[in-house]
Amino acid sequence: MSDTALEARNLYKVFGRNPQQAVKRLKSGQTRTDVLDAGTAAVIDASFTVNRGEIFVIMGLSGSGKSTIIRMLNGLHDITDGEVIIGGDDIAKAQPSALRKIRRERISMVFQHFALLPHRTVAANVAYPLELRGVDTRERLAKAEEILSMVGLEGWGDKLPSELSGGMQQRVGIARALAADTEILLMDEAFSALDPLIRREMQEQLVELQAKLQKTIVFITHDLNEAMFLGDRIAVMRDGRIVQIGTPEDILTDPANDYVEQFVQDVDRARVLTAANVMEPARPVIAETAGPRTALRQMRDAYMSATYVVGRDRKLIGIVTDRDAVKLVRKGETSLATILKPVPQAVEEDEILMNLFIPSVESPLPLAVTDAEGRLAGVIPRVTLLAALGPGPGATGELTIPIQPMPATMIDEVLAEAQNAVDSASAPTGAVGTDDTGEVH
Amino acid sequence: MDEFRIPIGDVVDVAVDWLRDNVKWLFDFISQVVGFLVDGLADALNALPAPAMIVVFALIAWLVRSWQLAIGTAVMLAIVVGINQWEQSMQTLALVLIATIVTVLISVPLGIWAARNDTVSATLKPVLDLMQTMPSLVYLIPAMVFFGAGFVPGVVATVIFSMPPGVRLTELGIRGVDSETVEAGHAFGATPSQILRGIQLPLAMPTIMAGINQVIMLALSMAVIAGMAGADGLGKEVALALGSIDIPRGVEAGLGVVFIAVFLDRVTAALGNPAGFKSSLLGMLARRRNQQRRAQAEVQTPQPAMSE
Repeated sequence: MSDTALEARNLYKVFGRNPQQAVKRLKSGQTRTDVLDAGTAAVIDASFTVNRGEIFVIMGLSGSGKSTIIRMLNGLHDITDGEVIIGGDDIAKAQPSALRKIRRERISMVFQHFALLPHRTVAANVAYPLELRGVDTRERLAKAEEILSMVGLEGWGDKLPSELSGGMQQRVGIARALAADTEILLMDEAFSALDPLIRREMQEQLVELQAKLQKTIVFITHDLNEAMFLGDRIAVMRDGRIVQIGTPEDILTDPANDYVEQFVQDVDRARVLTAANVMEPARPVIAETAGPRTALRQMRDAYMSATYVVGRDRKLIGIVTDRDAVKLVRKGETSLATILKPVPQAVEEDEILMNLFIPSVESPLPLAVTDAEGRLAGVIPRVTLLAALGPGPGATGELTIPIQPMPATMIDEVLAEAQNAVDSASAPTGAVGTDDTGEVH
Repeated sequence: MDEFRIPIGDVVDVAVDWLRDNVKWLFDFISQVVGFLVDGLADALNALPAPAMIVVFALIAWLVRSWQLAIGTAVMLAIVVGINQWEQSMQTLALVLIATIVTVLISVPLGIWAARNDTVSATLKPVLDLMQTMPSLVYLIPAMVFFGAGFVPGVVATVIFSMPPGVRLTELGIRGVDSETVEAGHAFGATPSQILRGIQLPLAMPTIMAGINQVIMLALSMAVIAGMAGADGLGKEVALALGSIDIPRGVEAGLGVVFIAVFLDRVTAALGNPAGFKSSLLGMLARRRNQQRRAQAEVQTPQPAMSE
C-alpha cells in the first residue's frame, strides 16, 4: 500500500453554460472574472495529495470553493476537468455503478447539517451504510450499537434524531460515517453548525478517535483555529484556487502571501504553536561532571541564579542554585551531586503554548523543554512565551535582558549614608520624630 | 365576421368520435374494470347492516386519530341513517374511494417523474392547469360518450378533475426534501431507487398525504356532479332534488356529503402525520411496543455483568 490515500490532480469545476470552454480559457491564463460569460469557476487548478492516516484540512472563506472540492472527491459534483485518484481509480471516469461501489467501500462523508434521516432511529441511521451494502439487520444493528458507544452515545440507539441535541446529532453523523468502515472520511464543515463549547469538545473527540482509528480525513472548515487544531496539513483556498499547503506551523510562521498572512493574524497562536516552535537554546547548561566553580562562573556570566544540569546524552537531571554552589566552593568540594535539586518544571516539545503558562509561572528558571527521550532540547523564558503570542514571525533572538537590579550591598550603603545625613541634620533640635528610626525609646 | 370561427369544439368532437369508433375495446375494458370495482365496493359497504358499519368506521377513526373523532363519526353516520341516506352514502363513498385510488396510482408516479426531470415538470404544469380550471361538468360529456351512463363516467371525470393536486404536491414534496439528506444517500452509495424509497418518499410523505387529502376532497365534490351522469349515490339525490326543487331531499343528501367529507378529511390528514396524534390506537400500540423493547433491552444488558 502506498502512503497516498487520495490524490487530486489539476481539478477544475465550472458551473454554467460552457464549462469546457471556460476551463480551456482558464488554462491559457485568463482569470476567473474573464471567463464569467462561459460559467462560474468554483475550483481552479487544485492539486494536492492526502497521505494515509492524516487529517488534511481545506480552509477558506465561503465562496472559496472548498465545499465544491470535497464534493468532487466522492463524485457528488462531477469533475469538469482533472483527476481524483483513490486507490488507483479515477473518480472522474468512474461509471455510476463503480462510483457507488467506491462510495460504499472506500469513502464516506459527514455533513454540516448532519443530514440524518429523521424518520429512522439513531441506530438505524448509523446502520444505513451497512444496509446499503446488504449486511443483514441483526449484524448491522449490533455494529451500530458498538460504534455508538465509541462516540459516547451508548443507549441512545432507540431515539429519533430530533430527540438529540446538535452535538449528539453530529456524533450520530460521525458514527454513521465510521460504520461505513471506509478508509477515507470526508467532513464538510462538520462542526460549524455547533455552538463553540460543543465544537471544541467535538474537535477534541475527533482527535481522540483519530488517534485510535488512524483514518484518512479530509476536513473542510472556514475556521482557522479549527484548521490549526485538527490539521496535520492545511490547504488554504481563495477564489477557487489553493494558495498554500503546509503544516499549521508553516502557515502561521511562513505565510505564502498577504492573504494568508492576513488570515492568520487573528489565529489563537497559543493553541497552535508548540514548545518546540518557540524554545531557545538553554544557555547556562552544565554537565553533571563539572565542578561547582564552573557552575558558578557560568551562572554569573549569564546573570542567572540557577542552572540546569544535564547528564550524559544531555538528559536533564536537575538544577543547582548559585547559593548552594558558593557554599560548595567555600567548603572546597568538587562534586555537584550533593547540591543537585530536582527539576521544578519541564514540558515536552509538542506541548502547545496554552499549556505552558502555569508551568512557566511556577518555574524559577526559564521553562525547560525536553524531547521524547527526556533530553534537554531548549528553554522558554517568560518573555519569549509572551513574544510568541504577538503577531508576526516570533523574532525572539534579540530580546533585551531585563535590567538587572544593583547589588543589594551597594543599595544598603547608599541608604545608610542618606540616613546618617538626616540624623546629623535633625540631632540639634532633637524634637518631633518624623522618622521611625529609634524614636520609640 | 359570422363566417370566421376557430372550430376547436368540432375538432374535439371528431376526435371523440374517432376514439369511440376505433379504441372501443379499451373503453369497454376500462368500463368493465371500473364498473366491477365500484359496484363491488358499494355492495360490500352495503353488505353489513348500517350499525355494524358505523362501528367499523368509528374504529378506523380511533385507530388513526382519536376517540373524539370516533364518537363524532358514530354520531354523524347515525344521522345519515336517520335521514335515510345510508345506501346512497355508501355508493358515493365507493365511487370516491375507487376514483381516489386510481388518481393516486397515476398522480404520484407522475409527480415523482416531474420532481426528477425539469422538462417533464414544465410540460405538465400547463396541462395540470387546464385540467383543474376546465369546468368539471365538461368532462362528463365525452366520458358519457365513451362509457355510457352510470358509475364509470363519474369515476373517469373525477379522476381527471382531482389529479392535479396529487401530482403537484408529490412533486413539491420530493423537491422539498433537504438536499443534504439526499446527498448523504448518494455519498454512502445508495442507488437512485434506494434514495427514492428510503429517503425522498418517506420525507415527502406529509406533503404527499396533503395532496391525497386534496384529491379526496375534489373527488367528493366531483362525485356529486357525477350524479348527473347517472352514477348512483348522493349525487343522484342532489340532481333529482335540483330537478324537482325538492328542498328537504337536497339538504339531506347534501348533509350526507358533508359528513363523508369530514370523516375522510380527518382520517387522511391523520394518516399524513401519524406522530401528531398520540392518542390514536396506532400511536398507543407503537408506544407500548417501544416500552416493551426497552424493557427487554434492560433485562438483557445486566446479564453479562451478573455472569462475571
